[in-house]
Amino acid sequence: MSVEFDQKIHTTLEDANLQLAIYTATGRLKQKRVEAVAADSLPDYQELRTQANAIKKHAIENLDHYLEEFERNVEARGGKVIYCKDATEVSDFVLDLAKERGSKLIVKSKSMTTEEVDLNERLEHHGLESVETDLGEYILQLAHEKPYHIVAPALHKTRYDVAEIFTRELHVPNETEPEKITLTARAVLREKFLHADIGISGANFLVADSGAVTIIENEGNARLTTTAPKIHIAIAGIEKVIPRAQDLAVFLKLLARSATGQNLSVYASFLSGPRRPGEIDGPEEFYVVLLDNGRTKLLPDRSKRQSLYCIRCGACLNTCPVYRKIGGHSFPWVYSGPIGAIITPQFMGVSHEPGLPFASSLCGACGEVCPVKIDIPKVLLDLRSDVKKSEAREGLNRLELFAFRIFAWVMTHPQAYEIGGKIAASLAPSGEGKWISSVPAFMRIGPLKAWLSVRDLPPSPPKSFRELWRRR
Amino acid sequence: MSRDNILHKVRTALGRSPSQAVAPPPPVRLRVPEVSMEDRIASMMSHLNELNGKTMRVPTMDAAREFAAGILAGKTALASNSPYLAECGISTLPGVATGITDLGELRQAAATVDIGITSADYALSDTGTLVMLSSPAEARLISLLPFHHLAIVPRERILTSLDELFTVLPHPAEQSSSMVLITGPSRTADIELVLVRGVHGPGFITVVIVG
Repeated sequence: MSVEFDQKIHTTLEDANLQLAIYTATGRLKQKRVEAVAADSLPDYQELRTQANAIKKHAIENLDHYLEEFERNVEARGGKVIYCKDATEVSDFVLDLAKERGSKLIVKSKSMTTEEVDLNERLEHHGLESVETDLGEYILQLAHEKPYHIVAPALHKTRYDVAEIFTRELHVPNETEPEKITLTARAVLREKFLHADIGISGANFLVADSGAVTIIENEGNARLTTTAPKIHIAIAGIEKVIPRAQDLAVFLKLLARSATGQNLSVYASFLSGPRRPGEIDGPEEFYVVLLDNGRTKLLPDRSKRQSLYCIRCGACLNTCPVYRKIGGHSFPWVYSGPIGAIITPQFMGVSHEPGLPFASSLCGACGEVCPVKIDIPKVLLDLRSDVKKSEAREGLNRLELFAFRIFAWVMTHPQAYEIGGKIAASLAPSGEGKWISSVPAFMRIGPLKAWLSVRDLPPSPPKSFRELWRRR
Repeated sequence: MSRDNILHKVRTALGRSPSQAVAPPPPVRLRVPEVSMEDRIASMMSHLNELNGKTMRVPTMDAAREFAAGILAGKTALASNSPYLAECGISTLPGVATGITDLGELRQAAATVDIGITSADYALSDTGTLVMLSSPAEARLISLLPFHHLAIVPRERILTSLDELFTVLPHPAEQSSSMVLITGPSRTADIELVLVRGVHGPGFITVVIVG
């Protein structure tokens, strides 16, 4: 584990207000999901999960085919598809287009994919104004922070924090009522919508048979982003493609329920190309940026590629006992929680933050709530194995390897195990949970110290299981 | 260009060759239950009410117009070019602008009126959803910019669910560049998970079911 990761975790754990905010918010989202997928609300929930998993598996296994089908259909309806390999290519495309059209102001709706490539920072660096319009994202943009949660980005901010940010950045009176703060944001952002030249959105699904982008939201900012400006650019990871419009019936039922416990999000937009002859409004130009940014690295491994099925509902974050303690900003990249722990090492390389796949109790809750049935605990184990292999190649964990070799030898030699057990029992201190505290202080050094500080063992029983078994 | 490079990487990783055939995808899963019209209407109304939407059922188009006139009561409104609104006589109520086909005029009007009046192509009863396809008759901004959205829907357009919508309309992109599903008023819970309505879209939504 890197020092930075460790420090961020400790800072979060020591902040009582933050702990309460994370615990309350995730707890409520978690409970709402449970109610929304309960048998009386959605009787075929498990069948839907199975179907969603089957569709995603099929789409990923034939990704090139569906990308090309999607591209053909977008272009047939007058849109354009741009493939980008990384952050630079995405921002170059947007910058070139903005320059060509003389655009200055960009409105953005929430998109984790654009967070991934730091799009706002790159555009602003070149003198463009790029404004986040989702309320949570807008708050964070004003505060110069990254999202704390995939679905509820400003989950860690109290109303007082937000009031202070608004007063500082927008020079409005300090107002702490969420209703009033929201009205202020509505008024400020409405002006931006009506004057913006370009709208940039993400995409929840790319529908191959329609050449359509599907966007799920509650506020209406994504509708405005994709309707008011003359140019709409949707930016999406290549893994977002699904075969048919009819598959949306499955995904739409699962996504909002898993994310916020709503039966459906307030808005689901299904957008295919620019405005057509006769239609009164909608963009004149329609672009879809298909981003790789490391995704193709996940494809060769048949088990780990399931990480790409993710529909970004955030259910695994809300249910994860680790996320609920260490929060979103402890994670080394924009994706947090269990899904972040499996995609970050694969996008960035396992050595980016080797502690990440280990930041899990492997309790399995994430896999259980995943609406597309990603076996997150399995992928975590695969990645732990990758981290250890990579460390072994670099000779970083010789001592650990040696210790585990001894362990393996003892575990495969019953007599050695029994003798070892007897020795350990004879040395054991009496009394409850005194094993570790009896380890002499001089031995508690380095990684051993951290490990020992939070663990202990029960007292040893008078007779071992083997002895009891023999006397049976 | 990155296009060919990315597609090549994808194919190599998956062990596929260009234009290699694809096994058929999992069969489409759409289940359309039999629900009587009366039950659909009741479900549509109760789901919308739960979301803080307002609903009203009226027997005739004339009654729909009277109800709309009651809501208008001195406020300004922009009605879509939907023939159904004209047939109801709603487009010609006092204070209602309609018949706009120019984008600039539309933006100006939609941004300033109190109420946006539309019909809907379909409604989904088990979620309380309106389905709006963009067309010369229905602009997107009318259900979006004004703070109050009033939708007048004849009962025969009420379907049961998403499954029925995608059965009736398997290829929405063939009809329109934009299909939007609207389920209740615009909302956010981004500050302390406190629910606030009317953040960017309408804070009020009223659905009138005719028949």
